[in-house]
Order: sequence, then C-alpha cells, then structure tokens
Amino acid sequence: MTDTVAEKTADTWTVAGRTFTSRLIVGTGKYKDFAQNAAAVEASGAEIVTVAVRRVNISDPKAPMLTDFIDPKKITYLPNTAGCFTAEEAIRTLRLAREAGGWDLVKLEVLGEARTLYPDMRETLKACEVLAGEGFAPMVYCVDDPIAAKQLEEAGAVAIMPLGAPIGSGLGIQNKVTVRLIVEGANVPVLVDAGVGTASDAAVAMELGCDGVLMNTAIAEAKDPLRMARAMKLAVEAGRDAYLAGRMGTRRYADPSSPLAGLI
Amino acid sequence: MALETSGELLLTVNGEPRRIGVGASIADLVASLGLDPKKVAVEHNAEIAPRSMLADVRLADGDVLEIVHFVGGG
Repeated sequence: MTDTVAEKTADTWTVAGRTFTSRLIVGTGKYKDFAQNAAAVEASGAEIVTVAVRRVNISDPKAPMLTDFIDPKKITYLPNTAGCFTAEEAIRTLRLAREAGGWDLVKLEVLGEARTLYPDMRETLKACEVLAGEGFAPMVYCVDDPIAAKQLEEAGAVAIMPLGAPIGSGLGIQNKVTVRLIVEGANVPVLVDAGVGTASDAAVAMELGCDGVLMNTAIAEAKDPLRMARAMKLAVEAGRDAYLAGRMGTRRYADPSSPLAGLI
Repeated sequence: MALETSGELLLTVNGEPRRIGVGASIADLVASLGLDPKKVAVEHNAEIAPRSMLADVRLADGDVLEIVHFVGGG
C-alpha cells in the first residue's frame, strides 16, 4: 500500500521483450477514412494497431495507403491473419507480413466459421507452433478456455487473447470466470480481443486482471469515434487502476458509511 | 512458348494476367506497376521473395506473383 499514485506512471507491460505504456490496442478497419482512423488512434493513446495484409490494387497503385496516415515508425503495426480459415493460410499471410514490415510480432487468428468468427483452436495451435518455430512472436486470438490458453502458451504464444464475445458483436465480456482463470494461469500477457462494445466492457476486462484490451468496431462504429476512442483510453486506465487498487469485498446488505456514534 | 519468342512473359499478378518483357526481374515488375518496393511484400510461385533479392530474381513465363501491403483491419 502506498500513499501516492506516482508509480502509476511506471505501470508498463511487456510482450515478447517490447515494453508498452498503453494497454489499449486498436484496429484500423471500418473507419470512414484514413484521416479519421489516424485521429482515433491518437485519441485512444494506443501504441499498437492491428493491420490486415491484402493484395495491392495494381490497377490503382497511387491510392492512399494506411502507412501514409499511421506511421509504422511511431506506432507498432501488429499484422493479423483476419479472414484465414486454415493454419496454412495464416502462416502464409504472416510470412508476407514479416517481409512487408520487417517485424515478427504478429496477431494470429484462425477462424472456424464465418457466422460466428469463432476461432478454430486445432488450426490455431498448429499455426502457433509453426510460427514460433520460424521466429515469430505470435499474439493469439483464442477461445476463452483456460486449457486452450495453456496449450497455446506451450506452443509459443507470446500473448493470449481470448474473445470477450464474437468479433464485431459489441456484446461485452460474456464469461468473466474463464477470462479470470486464463489471467490467473498465464505466464504471458492476456488481452481481451473482440466483443467490447462500450467503455464499461473495457473496464471489466481490465478489472479481471487482463494486461490489455484489443478492439476495433467499438470505436470505429461509434457515432463519434474520436470521443469513444478517448472513452476507451480512460476506461482501460480506470479498469487497470481498479484492479491494482484491489476492490472492496461485497456484502449482502447495507453498511453505513457515516458513523452511528454521536447521532442526535 | 510463343510468348517468349515475341519477347514477353505472361505472368499472373494478384490473380490477374500481366505481361512483361523477357529478362525482367521482380524489381522491374514492381517498378512497372508504380509500387514502392519498401511498402510491399512479394510472393513468387508460393515462396517469399526477400526485398533484398527482388532485383536478382528473373521472372519466367507462367510465374505467379502475389504483391501485398498493409491495409486497415482489426
């Protein structure tokens, strides 16, 4: 217990040897344009953004590019494997990403089906092992299953990223018990990835002890994305502080805050 | 083969047919498309073509190339 919150400034987290201050990772999809996207990243305070790997439009090579708006030298690009349904596709995508960007910190996600975008853990584990063997540092989107989380860690995952709810659903953290169990059992950072809809959801994830939160749609589809980006920044900080502060116990009935002694 | 004698190779680039002169390298192709090689990654017949090697790899008729970059995503 301390009397000041000065050490709050030193509350960093480290993944695969890289240290970050912001615990909020934001996506770069679904924005109106690159300018709005860049402004939202700035408002969120995020130091890491997820990006996708796609074919260059060879019929319009001068079209604006993400890298013109969000500088990869200032913001860490975390290439994802969104849209990949097999280990093979995901590995191929990340090999290209490493060549395009020159870095090995990546987000692995292997999807099981289009309707739920739920992870295929068999393929995810397979891909994680291969990637780790090739020197990648995979942060892995996964089910909220503590056993699967341990298996991923054994397969070389540098961060475990369970879904809070289906991607893009905004339903919030559906299973606080399993997310907490994953946090307690993990020796690598745990980040809730997917399902956050509003600021309180991000705070819940952090109060469960997660090291961070990754989100895209909650900010991009807000009516005012910049304000929501700021709200998420504050929620992640608030949730983290609440976790570190250690919440009060719960009681079944009331307990007055004013003294009973001295009542007139 | 007829294509080669006419001085052109037929490639498949990002799923589309594309012609380039015999003797061209991957770097030549990237330049002919107006792309900055520092911002893209190239897969050549299902193998990564390292950026440092793009000028050294000669293209052959029927080669399949994927040229990718980073776009917005979650």
